[in-house]
Amino acid sequence: MSAAPAPRYLAAGESALVVEFGAKIDPAIHHRVLALDAALSKANIGGVIETVPTYRSLMIHFDPRRWPMEELVAAIARLEEAPRLALELRRRWHIPACYEPPFAEDIDLVASALGLSAARAAELHATARYRVYMYGFAPGFLFLGGLPQALNFPRRPMPRAPVPAGALLIAGGQALIASCPMPTGWYMLGRTPVKMFAPRRDPIFLMGIGDEVCFEQIGGSAFRELTEAAEAADYYPRCECVDDRA
Amino acid sequence: MIAPKSRCLRVKQAGPGATLQDAGRFGYLRYGVTPAGPMDFAAFRTANLALGNDAGAAAVEIATGGFEVVCEGAPLWLAFAGGAFLWQRDGAGLPPAARIHLKTGERLAARAGTFGAFAYLAAAGGFDTPSVMGSRATHTRSGLGGIEGRMLKEGDLLPVAQAQAVPDFEAAIAAPWLARDCDPIRVVPGPQEDYFSPAARARFFGSEYRLTPAADRMAYRFQGPEIEASQGHDIVSDGVALGAIQIPGDRQPLVLMADRQPTGGYPKLGHVAKADIGCLAQLRPTETCRFRPVTADEARAALLALEDAIAGANAHLQPLRLPLTTQRLLNSDLIGGIFDPLGEL
Repeated sequence: MSAAPAPRYLAAGESALVVEFGAKIDPAIHHRVLALDAALSKANIGGVIETVPTYRSLMIHFDPRRWPMEELVAAIARLEEAPRLALELRRRWHIPACYEPPFAEDIDLVASALGLSAARAAELHATARYRVYMYGFAPGFLFLGGLPQALNFPRRPMPRAPVPAGALLIAGGQALIASCPMPTGWYMLGRTPVKMFAPRRDPIFLMGIGDEVCFEQIGGSAFRELTEAAEAADYYPRCECVDDRA
Repeated sequence: MIAPKSRCLRVKQAGPGATLQDAGRFGYLRYGVTPAGPMDFAAFRTANLALGNDAGAAAVEIATGGFEVVCEGAPLWLAFAGGAFLWQRDGAGLPPAARIHLKTGERLAARAGTFGAFAYLAAAGGFDTPSVMGSRATHTRSGLGGIEGRMLKEGDLLPVAQAQAVPDFEAAIAAPWLARDCDPIRVVPGPQEDYFSPAARARFFGSEYRLTPAADRMAYRFQGPEIEASQGHDIVSDGVALGAIQIPGDRQPLVLMADRQPTGGYPKLGHVAKADIGCLAQLRPTETCRFRPVTADEARAALLALEDAIAGANAHLQPLRLPLTTQRLLNSDLIGGIFDPLGEL
C-alpha cells in the first residue's frame, strides 16, 4: 500500500482545526476528506461540535475547554493512522433539469462560443456524472465536480443579473446548483425545479457530500408541474445507492 | 377564558440592524448554513445570566440605530448590556448595563452612546419566537429565524417565555469585560500563514487599521497598509471560522463575523481570538485598532478565563439607585413619608 502523505494540521483560531489534504480539486483528495469525516463521526469524540468538509480539507469546530489544540491534533492523527473505514454508501441522484427558454438564459451564448449547438451543450451537461464536493455560499448551495471538458468556459468579467433558485451554473470547469437568487459571474445553462434546501421538509437538505448527480432533461411544462409539486413538498427526485466497494 | 399574549414587549422604534439572536444555529455549517448568533457573545451572555436565563437564550441585538419597546401585558424582568449605550426607562436614565423590572405601559429605550456598536436586551424566560433548524437566531440574508427572518421593526410583538425564577432586585451590572478595551486585538496566525511573507506579516501586526463603513454582521472591512499574499489572493475554498482575517485581492483585511458563510476562497492570515471578538465587534466605522499575534494556547487560556468570569457575572451586580424623578416620586408609596419639593433636605 502506498502511504498517502500526512495531512497538514492548521489552527483556525483556538476553536477550529483545519485538516488539509491538498490544495486542489481532486476526487482522491476529497475522498480522504470524507474518510476522515466518517472516521471522526464514528469515533464520536467528545468536544467535537461539527465538521465542514470542503474540496480539500476538513474543518473541525470543537470546544476549546475540552481540547487544547495539540491534544486534538494528536487524537485526529491517531484516527488518520488507523485502517481506513469503507465509506458509507453514496447515492446517485437523477435531477430533472430544463434546458429550454426561459429557463436556460445563457445556453445559446455558451454553446455558440464553444462551437456547439444548444441541444448538444444541454446533452453534455445533463449526461455527465457529477460529484457533490461541498456546500457553500448559502444554505443548500451545491459545488459539483465532473463538468465535461467540452463545457469548460471562463467566468464572466462582470457579474450578470441575478439568477433564480435552482439555476444550473457553469464556469471555470466547475458546476453549481444555486439554492437562492443571486447575481453571479457564472453562466446559467438550465434550471431544476428541485429545492436543494427546504427548512420545513424532512430532509431539509437532499444530498450528502460525496453523492453523485446526473440530470434528466425535462420540458417547460414538466418544469412548471414539478415546481408546484416541489412547492407542496410532496416531490422528491429519484435516487439510488452506489456501492464503491463493488 | 381569554389567553392573551400576557408576556410580551411591543417594538415602538427599531433602528437598522436590530435582530433577535440566540447562541447561533449550529449543526448545519456543512450544508452552507450561516451560524449567526450574537456579535459580542460576552455582552449577550451577561444580559441573560443576570436574569437567571440560559446563557444562550434568545435576546434582541440592538445596533447604533437604537431601539425602543413598551411593556404590554404583565410586568417583565429585563436585562441589557453591551457597549456604552444610553438606556432610559420612561425618560429616566439607566446605567449602560443593568437588570430592571419593566411595568405594564412603561417604555425602555436605547440609543448609541460614547462607544459600542451592539447592545443586547434579554428578558427573564427568553424571547419565545419559533425555532428554525434548532435556533431562533436571525440570519437576514437567508431569511431564517427571528421574526420572519428579518430585522425587527416598529409594531413587532416580542413574546417572552415563562421564567423559572425571577430576580428580586434591580441592579446595575458593573462587569469589567463590558468596559471599552483598547488593547491590541489578539490573533492566532493561520491557516494560510504561509501565503504571507514575514515582511507582510510584520506590516499587519505593526500597523493601525481603521474600520471602514463596510462593516456589518457578516464582515468588518478594515483599511490600512496593504498586505500582499505571495501566492495570490484566491485559494480553493476551505472552511471559515468566526474571526477569520481574509486578505482578498484589494489587500485589505476583512474579518468575518457572526453572519459569515461557513466556507470561503480567500487566504486567511489569522483568526481573531474568540476572547477578543466582542471588543472588535464593538468598534464603529472610522475607529482604529491594532492586532498582535498569540498562540492557539494563549487564545484558549484567554477564552476560558473570560468564559469563567462571565459565568460569575452576577458577582458584579450592584443594587440600582435610581434618580428620584418627579414621576417616580408620584408613583412611589414613599410619597407621603418623605417629600422634599424644594430639594433642600
